[in-house]
Amino acid sequence: MTEDIPLAPETVKSFFMNLPFSKFLGLNLDRLGGGRAKMSMPYQKKLIGDPKTGVIHGGVVTTLLDSCCGAAVMTAGSPKFSTATIDLRIDYMRPAKPEHLIVAEAKCYRITTTVVFVRATAQDGTKEIPIATATGAFTSPF
Amino acid sequence: MQKDDKINNQDLLRKETLVSLVKGIPFCQTLDIQVDYLGNEITTHLPFNQEFIGNPVIPALHGGVIGSFLEITAIIQLSWTSFLNSNENKGISEGGHNLIEDKNIMSDLPKTIDITIDYLHSGLPLESFARATVDRIGRRYASVSVITWQTDPNKPFAKASGHFLVSRS
Repeated sequence: MTEDIPLAPETVKSFFMNLPFSKFLGLNLDRLGGGRAKMSMPYQKKLIGDPKTGVIHGGVVTTLLDSCCGAAVMTAGSPKFSTATIDLRIDYMRPAKPEHLIVAEAKCYRITTTVVFVRATAQDGTKEIPIATATGAFTSPF
Repeated sequence: MQKDDKINNQDLLRKETLVSLVKGIPFCQTLDIQVDYLGNEITTHLPFNQEFIGNPVIPALHGGVIGSFLEITAIIQLSWTSFLNSNENKGISEGGHNLIEDKNIMSDLPKTIDITIDYLHSGLPLESFARATVDRIGRRYASVSVITWQTDPNKPFAKASGHFLVSRS
C-alpha cells in the first residue's frame, strides 16, 4: 500500500479481512469508517491461555485490539500509505468469559501527518466494564 | 560419578517441567512456541508460519503475533522463576525426584495486568527468539521486560514491559 492513491474503506476492509493472521484468528471487521472500527472474534479452544479456566490468552486480545486500532487509523482520512504500530499498551481489566464472542471498538482521537493516537476497548458482552483497553500510537498514513 | 547422575537427573526433570508448562497452554501450541533454558534464563522460539503475516506487502509479521509472543515469553519466564524460587525456598532443589511431586507450575499462571509493546522494526518472515527479564517479583506483583530478535540478539525488532499478578504461597 505505497501507491499515492487514496484508499476506499472497502479496500481497507478487504485488506484487513484477507490478512493471514486475521483469518487464522477468525477476525471479522463489523464496522469501519471515520476513524472508527468495530471488530469481533469468536471464542476458539486453540486460543486458550489458561487451561484451568478456559480463558483465552491475553496475546489474542492484543491482536484483536491492534488490528482494530490499525483499521480505525486507515479510515481517519484519505490514506496515502500503510500504517504501522509504534507502541501499544494493553490494560487487562478482567478475564474474558469463555465461549463468548469478543468485540473490540477503536477510535482515533488525535490525527496528525506524522502520528495517529488511538484508544480501543474489548468487551465480551457480560458486563459494562471492558475486558481490556488499549492505547496506541501509529505511524500516520496521511 | 554419582553426583553427575544426580545433576543430569535434575536437569532432565527441570526440562520436563518446562516442556509441560508450554505444552499445557493451548495458545502456545497453536503458535508452535518452543522453549529452551540455561539455568534460570529461558529463550523462547517462534518458528515462522505463513499465517502470521500481518502485512503481505512488506511482508511483515502481524503486530499481534509479536505482542503475543512477547507476553507468552514473559509469562513462561515468570512461572519458571517462581517455580525455581519456591523449590529453593523449600530446600528441595537438590533432590531431583521431589521436582515431580512439585510439578504445580501450571496451577497458578501469572495474570497480565498490563503490557506495553514497542515495535522497533517490522518482523521479517523468519523465525524469532525472545528472552524475558524478571525486574521485580514480590508477593503479589511482578515486573517483567522482554525483547525479541531474529538474527542478532543485540538488535531486537520489538520489546515489551509488563506487570503481572502472581500468587506465591
